[in-house]
Parts: sequence; structure tokens; C-alpha cells
Amino acid sequence: MTGPPDDIRGPSLWTSIRRPRRHREEGARAAVIAAISTVAVLGLILWWVLSSEAWPEVQRQFFNPSHFMAAWPAVLGGFWLNIQMFAVAEVLILIAALILAMIRALRGPAFFPLRALVIGFIDLVRGIPIILLILLLGFGVPALQLPGVPNSPLFWGVAALVISYSAYTAEVYRAGIESVHESQRMAGRSLGLTQVQSLRYVTVPQAIRNVIPALLNGFVSLQKDVALVFVLGVREAVREAQIYNARTFNYTAYVAAAVLFLVASVPVARFADWYTERVRRRRQGVGGV
Amino acid sequence: MTAKVEVRGLVKSYEGKVVLRNVDLEVAPHEVVCLIGSSGSGKSTLLKCINLLVPIDEGDILLDGASITDPMVNPNVVRQKMGIVFQAFNLFPHMTVRQNIILSPAKVHGISKREADQRARELLERFGLAEKIDEYPDRLSGGQQQRVAIMRALATRPELMLFDEVTSALDPELVAEVLNVIRGLKDEGMTMVIATHEMGFARDVADKVCFLDDGVFLETGTPGQIFEAPSEPRTRQFLQRIVDAGRL
Repeated sequence: MTGPPDDIRGPSLWTSIRRPRRHREEGARAAVIAAISTVAVLGLILWWVLSSEAWPEVQRQFFNPSHFMAAWPAVLGGFWLNIQMFAVAEVLILIAALILAMIRALRGPAFFPLRALVIGFIDLVRGIPIILLILLLGFGVPALQLPGVPNSPLFWGVAALVISYSAYTAEVYRAGIESVHESQRMAGRSLGLTQVQSLRYVTVPQAIRNVIPALLNGFVSLQKDVALVFVLGVREAVREAQIYNARTFNYTAYVAAAVLFLVASVPVARFADWYTERVRRRRQGVGGV
Repeated sequence: MTAKVEVRGLVKSYEGKVVLRNVDLEVAPHEVVCLIGSSGSGKSTLLKCINLLVPIDEGDILLDGASITDPMVNPNVVRQKMGIVFQAFNLFPHMTVRQNIILSPAKVHGISKREADQRARELLERFGLAEKIDEYPDRLSGGQQQRVAIMRALATRPELMLFDEVTSALDPELVAEVLNVIRGLKDEGMTMVIATHEMGFARDVADKVCFLDDGVFLETGTPGQIFEAPSEPRTRQFLQRIVDAGRL
């Protein structure tokens, strides 16, 4: 159970980690091989597509520089709304999902009704396609005209996203909570902490560290799914592109929107990969000298 | 005088397997009781029952003469009066030594952060670990981790300490530093129930030794009686195995 003496111990799991040193020459050789192989594969695909007889027509319809420039301001303006929706929704999702997961982790018969409610909610939401949830809430709730309830499709579109993603994200947190060893919970309880305190101070902080890669994956997914609210007529990037397309019968605006989504999501995806790799290395670093 | 802890007719089973069958135990204030017996004899389970970490099937456990196994009793309040130390330390890996120690005083006992901090500092100085205050547990040796775990339990000023084979996971050369801490607690008059495989230590520190065999207390007595003149054949057999292993 005990580790090696202090002087030969690796860096702390919770502080820093040294990356293993790589041999430079080997790295350079690998980079050259990767570059050649990438160019070859991409070139082949490009040649294949461009050799199509319909390519000039497709290029005019989808990759038209003048249409791209013309559509760009409106699509970019719409994309700003996508970013805002994403930011608001993501914060709400992270909080709501954590509350759901913590309720689900409570033990004892007294909490049965709460647990059952949460499980029912998660099952219900995960069973409905997200696009239907957006349509039902976005058109349904405003139609009720309830006093004091917001009736903007934007509000209910984002609400639908928050509800749907909270259910999935709650399951991510739950996996994290279950990955923390039972003895940690026992130690917390033995110190007189209540169930909620023990979750909050002992289990959840460790659980979150374990599931950050999975949460980041959810970020990438939500970044694109916010576009689904276009079905409610909310003028975000895809809707703006659709409006441009309806006016000009040219599809380049959709490509412009796609470029924006790509630019926003690739860095997050790379970061998620980098972070996951770092966590993996850390885990392996500890205990094995 | 009222017993600090009294266990009456305790029965506990896990998934149909009976671990404790009808156990009685009395621990007087300031008394040190050592539980001995082979692995799986129920020592750990008994300690976890006293700390209310596992529900019991039958019987009653009293703390200062009042039942704590009554369903109306709040287990969190009961646990505030006692500390338990586990075989595997169970320190919180995401917290520094200081944070581990002050968590319960600050969050459960409502002591100000400053006072809790002061308490942690005093404990660490007393046990010679002052320079480790801001280290994370995985930077400490096993013996140091276990001593921090003891301090974490002591920081809440418990009236009763439970030790669950606290040296079993340690390298042999680290055992003494942990046992010395427990000896120090005996000198201060702490009431303790100690499950242990360290027979020399048990003989040395215990006021009363209980030999647990297959879920029952087969024999209870002073260390002299149990170790020098055990009356039960099973006790003699157990001790002989310990002697054969060179551990006594």
C-alpha cells in the first residue's frame, strides 16, 4: 500500500506532472511521414471530387465567393446569437445536471420520492428526440399564453436544450460520482458530514475531475446543437443562412455557417483531447516509477 | 458508572452471511479495549456498527447510556462524538493535509476557519508533521498519511476513538510511528476501541482484550489472562499461529 520513499516519488497527482521526454529525431521523422500521408490522402479525395462532371455547378451553388461575402455579415451576426445561447445554456446545464446527479446519489428511503422523480425526468427527457423537445416547448408553451411565463421561442428553445442536455450530463456526473471509492464517502460520513456535505466536499470534487473530458465532449456537442432552435424561427446562423438561401437560391451561406461552427468547435475538441491525454498520463504517472 | 459504549446482543449479517452473532461489549470511560481475532472474524464490522456506518440487524448500541441505534437518533450527531480511523487511511486526495483536518471542525462543528486552522497546526506540531501542512496526501508516506488520518479524527475533539487495523496497510518500519500516536492518546485518557493484529501492542496498551472468533466474543479478559493463560482452545490456537509467524 505504501509508496516508495519521498526522494524517488513521482510528482503529485493533484499538482503537476512532467511530460515524458521524447526523442527529437524520432518526432521529426514521424511529423514528415504524417505530412506526406495527409497530403496524399487529401489530394486523392480532392482530385476525386473535382473530377466530377457536376463539380462546376456545385461550386457555383455552394462555394461561391461573392455569395459568401454577401451572406457573411448576416450569418456572422446570427452566429453571435449561437454563442450567447451556448454560453447561457452550458452554464445552466452544468449546474442543473450536477443537482440532478447529487439528488440521484442520495441514499436512504427518505429520499426515495426525490430519486424517483429525477430518474423519471431523466428517462423521459432522454426518450424524446431533442428536435421534438424544441418544437414542443418552443411552439407549445408560448401558445398557452400563461401570464408571467415568457413566450419567446428563443427562451423556450434554449430551455429545451438545457432540459435535454441536463439529463445527459447528469448521467455523466453520476458515472463520476460512482467512480469515487465508497471508502471516501464512508470517511466523510464518519467525520459527521451529512450526505449532502459529504457529496459536496468529498465525492463531487473528485468526481468532476474524473469526468471533465466527458463534460468537454458535451460542450462540443452543444455548440452545434444550439443551431437546432432555427426550427422555431430564431434568427441564429443557420436561420440567417436559410433566409439568404431562400432569397438567392444559392447555398453558399450554409457553407459560411458551417465554417463558423467549425472554427468555434475545433479548438474545444482539441482542448478536450489534450486534457484527456493529460489526465491519462497523470494517472499512469502516479504509483509507477 | 455508565459505560462509554455498550453493545448489547448485536447481530449483523451481510447478504445472508452472519458476521456478528450476538455480541456484547462494554467499554468504560478512559478504557482501552483491543479486539483481536483472525481476518473476517467481525472486528471491522463491529467498529463500523458502533460508528453507525453500517445498519445493524438486531441488538442495541449505547453511547453514554443512551441508545444510538434507535431510528430516531440522528447518526450525524452521534458521529460527532467519536472518531474512526481506517486501515486504508481514506484521506481525501484532493485536499491538502490542512484541508483534510479542518473539514469537519469547520463544516460540521461550526468552528471558525481560523480556530480550526490553529487546531490543525497544534495537532501537526504535536505529532511532528508541521512541515507537511500544505502537502497533498499522495506526497506522504503511509505512516504519515495514517497519522494525518488520526489527527483528522482528533480535530473534532471526540470522546471515543475507534481504530480499524490502522497499521495493517503499512510497511513494517512505519508501524511504530502510528502505534506511538495511539499510545500517546492512552496516556491522555482517551477511550478507545482498537481492532488490531499487533499482539505486542495490544498486550502493551489494552486494559481489556476481546478475542473475536466467527462473530462471537469467545474470550474477554485482561491482556495477562488472554495472552498468558487463554482458557479457550480456539484462543490458544490463534495465539499459537501468531507466535509461529513471529509476530508476538
